[in-house]
Amino acid sequence: MTRLTRLLRTSTFRLSVVYLGLFVLSVVTVLAYIYLNTSVLLARQTNETIDAEITGLAEQYRSGGLQSLVRIVAERSRSRDGGVYLLSAPGGAPLAGNISAMPPSDDDFDWIEFAYRSPPAGDAGEPETGTALARHFRLAGDFRLLVGRDIGAQRNFEALIRSTFIWALGLTLLLGLVGGLMMSRGFLARIENMTRTSQTIIAGDLSRRVPIAGSDDEIDRLAGSLNDMLDEIERLMAVARQVTDNIAHDLRTPLSRIRARIEDVLRSRQDEETYRAVLRSTLDDADRLLATFNALLSIARIESGVDRDALATIDVSAALADAVELYQPLAEDAGIGLAVEISDGLKARGDRQLIGQALANLIDNAIKYSTPVAGRDARQPAPAVAVSGRRVGSRLEIIVADNGPGIAAADRGRVFTRFVRLEESRSAPGSGLGLSLVAAVAKLHGGSVRLDDNRPGLRAIIDLPAAD
Amino acid sequence: MRILLIEDDREAAGYIARGLGEAGHVVEVAGDGETGLELAQSEQFDALIVDRMLPRRDGLDVVATLRGVGDTTPVLILSALGDVDERVRGLRAGGDDYLTKPYAFTELMARLDALARRLHPGQARTRFRVGDLEIDLLSRSVRRAGRSVPLQPREFRLLEYLMRHAGQVVTRTMLLENVWDYHFDPQTNVIDVHVSRLRAKIDRDFDRALLHTVRGAGYMIRDEADPAS
Repeated sequence: MTRLTRLLRTSTFRLSVVYLGLFVLSVVTVLAYIYLNTSVLLARQTNETIDAEITGLAEQYRSGGLQSLVRIVAERSRSRDGGVYLLSAPGGAPLAGNISAMPPSDDDFDWIEFAYRSPPAGDAGEPETGTALARHFRLAGDFRLLVGRDIGAQRNFEALIRSTFIWALGLTLLLGLVGGLMMSRGFLARIENMTRTSQTIIAGDLSRRVPIAGSDDEIDRLAGSLNDMLDEIERLMAVARQVTDNIAHDLRTPLSRIRARIEDVLRSRQDEETYRAVLRSTLDDADRLLATFNALLSIARIESGVDRDALATIDVSAALADAVELYQPLAEDAGIGLAVEISDGLKARGDRQLIGQALANLIDNAIKYSTPVAGRDARQPAPAVAVSGRRVGSRLEIIVADNGPGIAAADRGRVFTRFVRLEESRSAPGSGLGLSLVAAVAKLHGGSVRLDDNRPGLRAIIDLPAAD
Repeated sequence: MRILLIEDDREAAGYIARGLGEAGHVVEVAGDGETGLELAQSEQFDALIVDRMLPRRDGLDVVATLRGVGDTTPVLILSALGDVDERVRGLRAGGDDYLTKPYAFTELMARLDALARRLHPGQARTRFRVGDLEIDLLSRSVRRAGRSVPLQPREFRLLEYLMRHAGQVVTRTMLLENVWDYHFDPQTNVIDVHVSRLRAKIDRDFDRALLHTVRGAGYMIRDEADPAS
């Protein structure tokens, strides 16, 4: 495709052609209106003048007869105000007037338009010519009278309007087309730029970004969102790469352990009880690996957002109370007091299972890392974990806080990444996927989760959009 | 029980059939959906175990077809698809329970037993009794040896589920699904703690224990002195 055809096929150009068409149509309408009105008005003026003169001459003829008419016609013929007169004797010889001959016409009272020639006035040079509109009559005795007016000026004026008309139209078309082409060229250049950038990105250079002109128009906004999309893709690819590395590491470790154990027991003859014990621990390890796989799969599924359509309005207060109730006995057995403060009627669009699992993960973590605080009553420990849910404006805020070692501010963002387990917690049971799941669930629900210092301990805050 | 197993993985089918045979059940195996459907329609079974993805005819389609002709044999669906909506789809097609692969054999057994029990009238019952332990669903009261045992609402539902399945193994997952309506694995022994609380209330002050732990499987409520229960 040549550059010109590409230019002609841009939507901007097509749009300007359509616009130009409409504009030309309105210009034509306005000019035609002016032209018609003017020419009709001029023609009517001429006709009225001629009719008035005829009335005057008729009166003279009636009162003074032919002689008086000859005198008046001769007099008026000299006045050179655009009037055209001729009074002729039977046989056509002119008696008075300022044109040389009658135009060929037989009908009485008829309007005629004709080219005339006037005889040289006195001694002065050439005969004048022109175009006139006139009426002519037969008088008694085959005398003939023609009264008319020169319409050269009127015709000139009409011709001027017509040529103005054509020039205006031509200029409009020319300027419109040139303007359209220039606009399309600017537009095309920016789009081509974006196309080139995307092709570079497709070719593998994901760090490239679409240039932004800085005019904040719709193309800039499009470029901006393309860039945002590219940022997100780049981030996701980095995450995917890191996850792959982590999966390789975190799954290879237990798998090698299983392999080593089986190899060991096969090499050295053992009694049946030992075999059984090895099989049992292998089964446990396999279950743990499967649980890890399942957790990874559900995080991936949640992050892909396919469950978003299945969200319904759920009672978050009840979900939170259920999760607390599930863990209450566990906390009590560990000597951890739970302080619970949940507002009634918290609602959100969500999935009860996912919300439940996210809350369970947070409460589970909080209990795991808290240290018991002795209460005044020996059987009733003072709260070490606090769970609360409340509405703040149009958002829901769910807080699970503990009094454990907390997480250093620098590490707080990192722990949401899959398999990231801080050195301090390596010894504690867990897959390193719990907080990733919480983050994925919060994001699916249009919310977020963040970690804060609980002084001492950790405070996890889930923020969700509320539903009414 | 006479059980029809529709499963295309021959190794898995052999393993399930062997296990069920050892437990005293008679098992027929079909290797694809079409054969399975024919067998199910021509012979009488107490329960069906149907894999979800089968050659020649999809597992859900087999179940839906059976339900369409009025067959009410209990169906346990096995599937590698474990998400909640997949599960809902399975139950909507007419499955009575849904088990995600991989599963422990004890889990399969426990669920199958629970399903087969549904054959017998019992859903409408409002009182259950195991030994000298009684639960009344209408007055929401529990008595052991004539003495009233106060329970928290969740403990009551836990006991109700165990009593409905008296004499059967009930797994932790079954409890989590049916008592808490949670379809995920909390990864911690939360259920054990709840069960031991319940046990403290119904068993501790009595000389005979009724709520038993079945190692590697789950729990069972049963009066061992009374073989009928």
